[in-house]
Amino acid sequence: MSFLSEIWMFLKVRKKYWLLPILITLLILGILVVFAQGTAVSPFIYTLI
Amino acid sequence: MIILGISCYYHDSAAALLKDGEIVAAVQEERLTRVKHDADFPNEAIVFCLKKAKVSLKDVDAIVYYEKPFVKFERILETFFSQAPRGFWQFFRSLPRWLKEKLYLKKLLVDELRNIDKTVSRRILSDKILFSEHHLSHAASAYYPSPFSKAAIVTLDGVGEWVTTSLAVGNGEKIDFLKEIHFPHSLGLLYSAFTYYLGFKVNGGEYKVMGLAPYGTPRYVEQIYKELLYLAEDGSFQLNLKHFDYLTGATMIRKSFEEIFSQPRRLPESEVLEFHMDIAASIQQVIEEVILKISAEVHRQTGLDHLCLAGGVALNCVANGKLLKQGLWKNIWVQPAAGDAGGALGAALAAHFLHFKNQRAASSADSMHGSLLGPEYSAAEIETFLNEQGIQFRTYEENDLLVEVVEKLIDQNVVGWHQGKMEFGPRALGARSILADPRDQQMQKRLNLKIKYRESFRPFAPAIAKEESAHWFDMEGESPYMLMVADVKKEKRHALSVEEQNLKGFKALQVPRSEVPAITHVDYSARVQTVDEHSEPLFRKLLLKFQETTGCPLLVNTSFNVRGEPIVCSPYDSLRCFMSTEMDVLVLGPHLIEKTKQTVSKEQFERVFPLD
Repeated sequence: MSFLSEIWMFLKVRKKYWLLPILITLLILGILVVFAQGTAVSPFIYTLI
Repeated sequence: MIILGISCYYHDSAAALLKDGEIVAAVQEERLTRVKHDADFPNEAIVFCLKKAKVSLKDVDAIVYYEKPFVKFERILETFFSQAPRGFWQFFRSLPRWLKEKLYLKKLLVDELRNIDKTVSRRILSDKILFSEHHLSHAASAYYPSPFSKAAIVTLDGVGEWVTTSLAVGNGEKIDFLKEIHFPHSLGLLYSAFTYYLGFKVNGGEYKVMGLAPYGTPRYVEQIYKELLYLAEDGSFQLNLKHFDYLTGATMIRKSFEEIFSQPRRLPESEVLEFHMDIAASIQQVIEEVILKISAEVHRQTGLDHLCLAGGVALNCVANGKLLKQGLWKNIWVQPAAGDAGGALGAALAAHFLHFKNQRAASSADSMHGSLLGPEYSAAEIETFLNEQGIQFRTYEENDLLVEVVEKLIDQNVVGWHQGKMEFGPRALGARSILADPRDQQMQKRLNLKIKYRESFRPFAPAIAKEESAHWFDMEGESPYMLMVADVKKEKRHALSVEEQNLKGFKALQVPRSEVPAITHVDYSARVQTVDEHSEPLFRKLLLKFQETTGCPLLVNTSFNVRGEPIVCSPYDSLRCFMSTEMDVLVLGPHLIEKTKQTVSKEQFERVFPLD
């Protein structure tokens, strides 16, 4: 949670709200990349690719 | 109050520790891991800093990282979108590391710090972590340790978050930025692009370009201004980005860059031609002209007498020498660890003065302690180590040691000199140095080819007792950190015949140009280190003893390492380097070791380092 609040603070201070959708997409991608290392989610990732 | 500064994950990671504002310890990770430009988390450097200050992570009030990762990622994203679809693969390749690690830097730092001390909870560590800004860290590393209560500050490097060049004023404990130049327009990246074009490694080979420059003629300056760089009167500049690849690709330059000079990039380790020397001379002149204009602008804006410099470009000691000659500044102070390693120190200092709002009283005493901030080893520790290794050695009282070393130097021996605390920053300043007699014409070649195993054109620097420097070099003031280049005085130079004067390129090296040819570059310049009695008393005594015996107060002082190796740190590193090269004598504290008297096999000390 602290990470998300820091990201929000960063966007607010830098006034770069337009980065928000890109960051959300990348963070989801990042989570998938991390989970892809475990076997349970791998097939899902492979079908995406 | 205890503050730990950290720089890592790009190149030259380091840690520095402040205790109530006093710089207690600072060391680059590469010196401890023996991996040149080590960029990993500075685990060993932090352990050393804590041990030196006799504290644990629990006692540390703040842990400061030297830059802001979110803002850096913002730059990477914006650069990608401004160039897309070009650079997609480069962006795609960099994403996993950002998404898995760098974006969660706070968590990563906590994990790494917990590897050092598991007794401190994640929550406590997380609350202690602060983030400075890259160029604020540089500016802080330049201004706060300087002896000035008010000074202009210039930082120049490749790139931090966005900033590549900044002009600032330091006043008391405050630092106010006046002007910034942002990525992709960067003096550091321009110099690195030429470093790459000349076949040297980026982020390390830049000083080879600087050393190569005096052999050439700056005949491409006009072309650089016409095709690559727009320079305004106030020192602002813009690069012509169509010739550079670093925005979207994995290299520094595009094909069109090579077409400007009608020559392809020099392949690494291939022959250095006159053309390459001319290119080096040209980019060096351009860099100097830009820096002089920036200096004039910050002087105009501030009207101050003193200038502080940091950032990788501030290691260009030839340009620093020109700044001194420019005559605008009464004093110029350059942070000895001007590159990213010094960011660790700057981050800690910035937190101390700007975040915790501590008072600053400028002191004429050197608060960098001669940059001697690294590990040291006692005479007893060294003795035990040498006995374990089966090394033959003799132990001397101080004066006898100096007499013996001077005798060895006069006999044209090359001496490894390991004394006291190791230096912080890229220069060996007499604590981890290789020393030699500068009067010997063959010494430069011998040191390069048989001791350092590096390119024959590379120059060597002199160390000289501070009060003697004005007799030998055209330099006002001091250069304790070997960051100023000055010309050898006319009366110390040798008259050259017309034929000798016309020798071009490396042939010019064969001509003895002064009474101290081993440290006189082909343009009569030398990268001077002035040694005072406060920072390095023993080294100074050695210089004076050499003068007493020979009349010459200088010694060749080069870093104690071979090509590709980080400068030595421990007695083992020094012994290993000594045994695997053609160095003649090693002095480890009060112990003197002669190569000819050793019976142990050399092979056990041999180690191959990747070439830099």
